[in-house]
Amino acid sequence: MASSHGAPPVFNNKLIAWIDHRLPIFSYIEKEYHTFPTPRNFNYFWNFGAIATVMLLLMIVTGIVLAMNYQPNADLAFDSVERIMRDVPSGWLLRYMHMTGASFFFAAVYVHIFRGLYYGSYKAPRELLWMLGVVILLLMMATAFMGYVLPWGQMSFWGATVITNLFSAIPVVGDSIVTWLWGGFSVGNPTLNRFFALHYLLPFIIVAVVALHVVALHVHGSNNPLGIDPKGPQDTVPFHPYYTMKDGFGLMVFLIVYAAFVFFAPNSLGEPVNYVQANPLVTPNEIVPEWYLLPFYAILRAIPDKLGGVICMFGSIALLFVLPWLDTSRVRSCTFRPIYKWFVFLLVFDLLVLGVCGAHPPEGWYVPVARLATAYYFFHFLILLPVLGKIERPLPLPSSIADAVLKKKAV
Amino acid sequence: MSKPTPTKLSLTKLVLAGAAALAVFAAGTLATAAEDMPPLPKHEWGFKGPFGTYDRAAAQRGFQVYKEVCSACHSLNLLYYRNLQELGLTENQVKGIAAEVQVSDLSDDGSVIDRPARPSDPFKKPFPNELAAAAANGGKAPPDLSVIVKAREGGADYIYGILTGYVPFEKLTPQQIKEFSVTKDDHFNLHFPGHRIAMPPPLEDGKVNYIDGTKNTLQQEASDVVEFLAWASEPHLEDRNRTGVRVILFLLVMAGLMYGVKRAVWADKH
Repeated sequence: MASSHGAPPVFNNKLIAWIDHRLPIFSYIEKEYHTFPTPRNFNYFWNFGAIATVMLLLMIVTGIVLAMNYQPNADLAFDSVERIMRDVPSGWLLRYMHMTGASFFFAAVYVHIFRGLYYGSYKAPRELLWMLGVVILLLMMATAFMGYVLPWGQMSFWGATVITNLFSAIPVVGDSIVTWLWGGFSVGNPTLNRFFALHYLLPFIIVAVVALHVVALHVHGSNNPLGIDPKGPQDTVPFHPYYTMKDGFGLMVFLIVYAAFVFFAPNSLGEPVNYVQANPLVTPNEIVPEWYLLPFYAILRAIPDKLGGVICMFGSIALLFVLPWLDTSRVRSCTFRPIYKWFVFLLVFDLLVLGVCGAHPPEGWYVPVARLATAYYFFHFLILLPVLGKIERPLPLPSSIADAVLKKKAV
Repeated sequence: MSKPTPTKLSLTKLVLAGAAALAVFAAGTLATAAEDMPPLPKHEWGFKGPFGTYDRAAAQRGFQVYKEVCSACHSLNLLYYRNLQELGLTENQVKGIAAEVQVSDLSDDGSVIDRPARPSDPFKKPFPNELAAAAANGGKAPPDLSVIVKAREGGADYIYGILTGYVPFEKLTPQQIKEFSVTKDDHFNLHFPGHRIAMPPPLEDGKVNYIDGTKNTLQQEASDVVEFLAWASEPHLEDRNRTGVRVILFLLVMAGLMYGVKRAVWADKH
């Protein structure tokens, strides 16, 4: 689509013209965020990329101010978080925005990923765009995990112990790696220090990968609900003001839900036991991660073998890297895939089931259900997806986006 | 040829997602209900909900309960005497409350002295350190109460349940005694996981005498001290609620405006 960009803009302001002649940032903004031709048929699922970006910035801004007041020391960390909430002006707001923001950042990204899955946004020529997205997801998980350790509550400490211990499953060198990660022989002050340093670093790496994600997006432009390429100007609208305004509306609705949690139920998404200071001598009844990691935690525990569990957990995300090649269907959008469509919903249901299993101790019915759901997760990607693409008969694709939009209006 | 349009699909999707979520939550609820704990007593707390506020009079009585009963064993490390002004006590009252307590300090020549506490001092701990607290309480230090309402599943209802949930040994059924291996020296509490709790019943009818003439029943004392502890856990709750209502009203207006702008911008494309 890059070819359909208009002529280079002329700037009336002399200073802007002078700068742009030497460093074309204004041309870039004009080209990529104003005239950028964007399919005219987006639905509201296409808001979530912009929403996730806003959440990332919000996390960075609140995080920097929190870091100015936080004490990354095992003896002080727990109290310092409460001191921030009690004594720093609007400290309670910063802390609850950051804490709840993590959940809502993940929620936005999960909807964004679902959008990609359902409308086949990962298919050629957007494979690298998708893979960069998976890198962002992995970095987010690492950042969120280390951030959760910082308040130094019981779940912080024991969560850190369980997750770092996973590396001990690696044959021969596992135990040495764990000691190296901890900076000692158990999770302690050195662990907290380095997790704080990394928790501050990783978000900026996420920003860099997001930038690459956006660059890759702007090469071929966005996918759309029909999954067919725009064929000319009648199929597209300029990004601004059409989608800046639509994203703005979607963002406001999202922020209303987010604000409701920040202000009226800030602790409802977390575990109460994390308000008990870390105690290496007392293990909590259940050690569970935050909700957004529960499905992967369930996969980890579903496998009776430790190393196998670790491999499956990381594999469940690594699998997403090769998704563009596992899907053999030539049709992108599930709108035209009458069978696969239902399997995408089934996958979402499967992940919800895994989430529930991850939240409960692995006993009774949760064990076979988690195993079945784990098996289905891998079945979906490794067997169903490649086979179904070959045998499914997709519905006929519309001749163009404009054609489909006009027909819909006529109905 | 009827083609499924994206609009119809997103509706299907919504219904499906809703059904899936319902099924999952139903499964979760069933599993929780299976645990054999009696339901927590339902108590109307004024600080619940988006417009919640603390009952200052109840919280002040609750502070009296904490001071006269709980503080013998439980610290309140995150609170300073100055914080009590937020409960409606005057500066002089707070000074008086602090001055009743002796805290250790260093004099100008560096020697250790005891002096009356000031509003800027943190609440005095009942024990000098965690080991001493554990040693005086059968091996386990009583928990700090600063964030106790946030730190327990069930929150205020749970703390209230514990304070009012003791059953004397004589009133236990033989089945309860057997199932939880309760002896005469144990304290049986309906709401404590495992039911045998180290803390002896801290409150009873007439345990404290309220200056404002409120009847000092067990339920009253418990509900007052929970009000106080809820405030101690979330001292900014009222500010948070007020700000939240304003922020959400603002966002609603913004969302309405954005929707109008979006409609206007898209008018020529629809």
